[in-house]
Amino acid sequence: MAPLCAPADEAAIAAFKTMDSMEARVQACTTCHGQRGQGTDNAYFPRLAGKPAGYLYNQLLSFRDGTRKYAPMNYLVAYLPDEYLKEMADHFSKERPDFMPPTAPTRPPAALERGAKLVLGGDPSRQIPACVACHGATLMGMEPGIPALIGLRSNYLAAQLSRWRSKERRAATPDCMQRVASRLTDGDIANVSAWLASRPAPADPTPIAPNAVRLPIACGSQS
Amino acid sequence: MSLVSGSSAWRTVHQTTILLAASTLAGLAPAQSTTDILKKGEYLARAGDCVACHTVSGGKQFAGGRAMPTPFGNLYVPNITPDDTTGIGRWSSDDFYKTMHQGRSRDGSLLYPAMPFAAYTKVTRADSDAIYAYLMSTPPVRQSNRAHELRFPYNKRQLLLGWRALYFTEGEYQSDVKQTLEWNRGAYLVQGLGHCSMCHTAINALGGSSESKKFQGGMIPNQNWYAPSLTSNREAGLGDWKIEDIMSLLQAGVSHRGTVYGPMAEVVYNSLQYVSDEDIRAMAVYLKALPSDNRRVEGPDPAQLVQPRVLELGRKVYAVQCAMCHGVEGKGTPPAFPPLANNQSIAMDSPVNSIRMVLNGGYPPGTRKNPRPHGMPPFAQLLSDAEVAAVVTYIRVSWDNHGLPVTPKQANAIRSATLD
Repeated sequence: MAPLCAPADEAAIAAFKTMDSMEARVQACTTCHGQRGQGTDNAYFPRLAGKPAGYLYNQLLSFRDGTRKYAPMNYLVAYLPDEYLKEMADHFSKERPDFMPPTAPTRPPAALERGAKLVLGGDPSRQIPACVACHGATLMGMEPGIPALIGLRSNYLAAQLSRWRSKERRAATPDCMQRVASRLTDGDIANVSAWLASRPAPADPTPIAPNAVRLPIACGSQS
Repeated sequence: MSLVSGSSAWRTVHQTTILLAASTLAGLAPAQSTTDILKKGEYLARAGDCVACHTVSGGKQFAGGRAMPTPFGNLYVPNITPDDTTGIGRWSSDDFYKTMHQGRSRDGSLLYPAMPFAAYTKVTRADSDAIYAYLMSTPPVRQSNRAHELRFPYNKRQLLLGWRALYFTEGEYQSDVKQTLEWNRGAYLVQGLGHCSMCHTAINALGGSSESKKFQGGMIPNQNWYAPSLTSNREAGLGDWKIEDIMSLLQAGVSHRGTVYGPMAEVVYNSLQYVSDEDIRAMAVYLKALPSDNRRVEGPDPAQLVQPRVLELGRKVYAVQCAMCHGVEGKGTPPAFPPLANNQSIAMDSPVNSIRMVLNGGYPPGTRKNPRPHGMPPFAQLLSDAEVAAVVTYIRVSWDNHGLPVTPKQANAIRSATLD
């Protein structure tokens, strides 16, 4: 029988100061997303901390209503009212825990370079806008609805891009990410995901202000 | 609402229906009474939890289309919006009552018993009419019904005649004059619109719930949740609960004795949170008084059946992962974090729900009386089958709980089960 051998992941263990607090109420999130939404040792579950509240709220609503499909999340939030989901989103959007260390690159240097090029400059010949054009120069997202891309693992990033491409994941129309993902090849997805996951967090992890820059394509999540 | 005032209210509503019909013909709408009847119909539709089955998650209310997986194949729930072609827009209140009362559709065809007509048959004509009036007032949605996908021979509706002979007794609720009005009101709601026995009575191979085993608990088909017995104080029998705790469990979703998750969370979220204090109290009074079976299983203390190393592993996992919220002594911090000690749902014969909770966690429903529930995290990604089995075993045999040990194989079976 396997003993409880691995040293427990601190971020995944229940801890809170007062019972009547959001901190205590979101303990259900912590074994996957970490005590303060920083993520855990798990190679898939995404960081929540510091992402724009509007983005997190949209995801919680979509999980509850089944429009974004991930069975453990669909189950967990199935019977929670809007206002409470909003409160949860606000809670994690305000957290600023340290970032997990970036992961060692899983792709060869040339592939990472292609990923970096696509993230920072896009590919005008294929009408692919740069990630930074919407997700901000620091890639920490834009209020209220565009998420950070730093602090996530390549498995998670690649899975999301693939799901967007296959229309399994959707956002409010006009669904800009669907349009972008539809132009990406499998190689693009792997390269971009690997490069993003290897990047350290910027000094200031705050998302940029709403409409701080003009978006290159219409985005339903920003309206 | 007591049964007396309830009955008079029903009479009033029935008279109102007639008035409503008459005055509509005359072109005079009695605004107040129409409002009253629609409010009553909405209330009763909620008590009957129509929305749970007749609405797809995130879809248009009452438009149907939800797949109901059964051991016999998929059923697709029909549209009950007042759309003339795809819904029940052309139905009369007689047609609607026939469906509720006899389990027959407007065209006379027999309904599959996924529609709880064996319970709804107990609903009074006046209440049926109020629900009908309410449904007619909701927005019509044009959405065609999808054909059922039942395997042979279950796709033969003639079979339903046999089912009905065995499991269906037509008839409105009859008051038991030996009981209080409150008890009778509770019985009416639990047995009728509440259709509690649909899950809390074992379903046999024919998909019928046996009258003689009423409220004795059973696995919910295709959901991998166990609906505990309401007649055994070793399960969810409420004989030794305070009325206030039962009311809180049903209406708020949490209580000092236990918390609802899974399918029962859905029932509280969609239905019971909207039921009035008076009606919830009546249901609690009736449920508390259900005949209870207090038999203790004879034999050695189950804790003695557990290998010491399993108990030690369980204790370790508990100390690291569970004690922060549920306490070293398993007392919890109710109602936020439920107690595990002296919690019937932990030690009952079926360990399915406890295993599920450890694997998948869960939030109680966010309700009017508890809009911001505390939740339990999933541990499927952190604990092995052996660890899950050990910790569930630990809580089932500790602190005077008298449950039986759980094997890693049992934990694995639930891990592989679908969450949908």
